[in-house]
Order: sequence, then structure tokens, then C-alpha cells
Amino acid sequence: MRKLMAFLAGVIFGIGLLTAGMANPAKVLAFLDLAGAWDPSLALVMAAAIGVAFLPFSWARMQRTSLLGAPMQLPGKRELDRRLIGGSLLFGMGWGVAGICPGPAVALLLTGQWQVLVFVAAMLAGMIVFAALERQRS
Amino acid sequence: MTIDWYNFTPWSALAGGALIGLAASLFAVMNGRVAGISGLLGSLLGAGEGRGEKALFLLGILLAPLLWQLFSVLPAIEIQTGWLALIVAGLLVGIGTRYGSGCTSGHGVCGLSRLSPRSLAATLSFMAAGFATVFVLRHLLGA
Repeated sequence: MRKLMAFLAGVIFGIGLLTAGMANPAKVLAFLDLAGAWDPSLALVMAAAIGVAFLPFSWARMQRTSLLGAPMQLPGKRELDRRLIGGSLLFGMGWGVAGICPGPAVALLLTGQWQVLVFVAAMLAGMIVFAALERQRS
Repeated sequence: MTIDWYNFTPWSALAGGALIGLAASLFAVMNGRVAGISGLLGSLLGAGEGRGEKALFLLGILLAPLLWQLFSVLPAIEIQTGWLALIVAGLLVGIGTRYGSGCTSGHGVCGLSRLSPRSLAATLSFMAAGFATVFVLRHLLGA
């Protein structure tokens, strides 16, 4: 049941990305281009997503287990650190270069654009590099 | 600042955003998990718990465009970035999201929805870096 729900939520997420225009890198870059012809649409995507998710997340935060009996695994850490900010700045730079973030990268993978294959291969390589560096640290 | 009213799509943006919020809510309320795509991808690359559910969520996103095409034609997908820039962008996104513990979905949607100060700081950081990068590339370097 949990597995079915995970798959269903993923499908809804993907349909949402396509509907919203998040899966069109040119539209994402038009949103990030404040000094050009600015397309504010994606601000509304985030506003609507948070508007819908706010109450369910407020409820979920208070629970020990999910409705399907899984342990509630929402992060509880609240402190800011250099890794959080530095990593997010690097991510934002990459997002600004191609207009693709991880969700749309997955959603675009089977749509037949060679550019997405290049991007995803590099993104996974970056994640593997991170994992290797983390192993060295510990 | 000039707003591009011609390409502004408020209704589809709101509808798509609502679906994204619904999906994230279901994954949290039903599965007890954060729908953060970079985190899910990262944990699939290593050994961890719950890999089945995480992989199925990602599979759902992966197959969504194929399901969409059963009923309609896909919306426009325009990528003008060259291969070298795509590699640089992918590396930055891969490393950055893992160091920063999240991306647009994990911090931007799920984190802000649960009022996490870390996610607010992360979202402000990647948005600012995104705006700045596009400004430099388009308006200073003219790429």
C-alpha cells in the first residue's frame, strides 16, 4: 500500500511539474531573468504548492507515524551552517545555467531530449563525488 | 523590470503548483517522507532504508510524461543550453543539492511548508544565486 502510494504521489508530482511549466527549462530561465522580460509564473507554482501543503505538513510534523503506519521522517534540524548555504549557492548557480533542477530533470529524462541525458549524467556524477568526499571525511 | 505578460501563465502555474503540493502532502502524510528529489536520488545512490518507496516515487515522476502522452501532447520543452554548460550545470546541481541537503522541492516546497528556518535560508540562497547567475550570463556576458 505504501509502495503504491509512493508511486501515485510521484505521478502526481510529475504531472504537476509538467502542468506548471517547471519542466520547460526556457520558462524557468525566464523566471530567473529579473532584468529581462520577466515571467513571474513560477513564483505562483511555489505559492500554490506551499498553500496546499502547509496544513498537511503542519499535521504531519506533530505525528510519530504516518497514516499508513510508517515512521514520520521529517527533518528536525533547525541550525544554519556553511554547508547548507554554500551548497544551496552552488545549486542556484547550476540552476541558473541550465534552468533545470532535480525534479524536472527526472521528469524530462524520458521525453527524448539529449540535453537532459547530459545534464542528469553530470548531476548524478556530482552526487557520487559528494558521497565519495563524505566517506573520506568520516 | 518588465513583466512578460504574453508568456505569463498564472492558471497553469497555480494548478501545477497545487498538484506538486498535493503530491508532497501525500508522501508526507501517507509515507512519512519528504518529497525532496535531490535527497531521494542521493539516497538511492547509497545504501539506505526505504529504497523501494523512494525509487517508486521517482519512477512515478519518470513515467508521468509518458502517462500524459496517452491523453494529450506534452507542453513545450525548450533547452538552449550547450553540452559543456549542461555538464557544468549538472555537476553544480548534483554537488550543491547534496551539500545543501535539498533542492527546489525539498527546501522550496516541503521545507517552507513546515516552516523550517534552514529551508528558508537555503531557498533564499539558491534563488539569489539563480537570479545572479542568469543576470551575469545574459546581461553581462551576453551568452
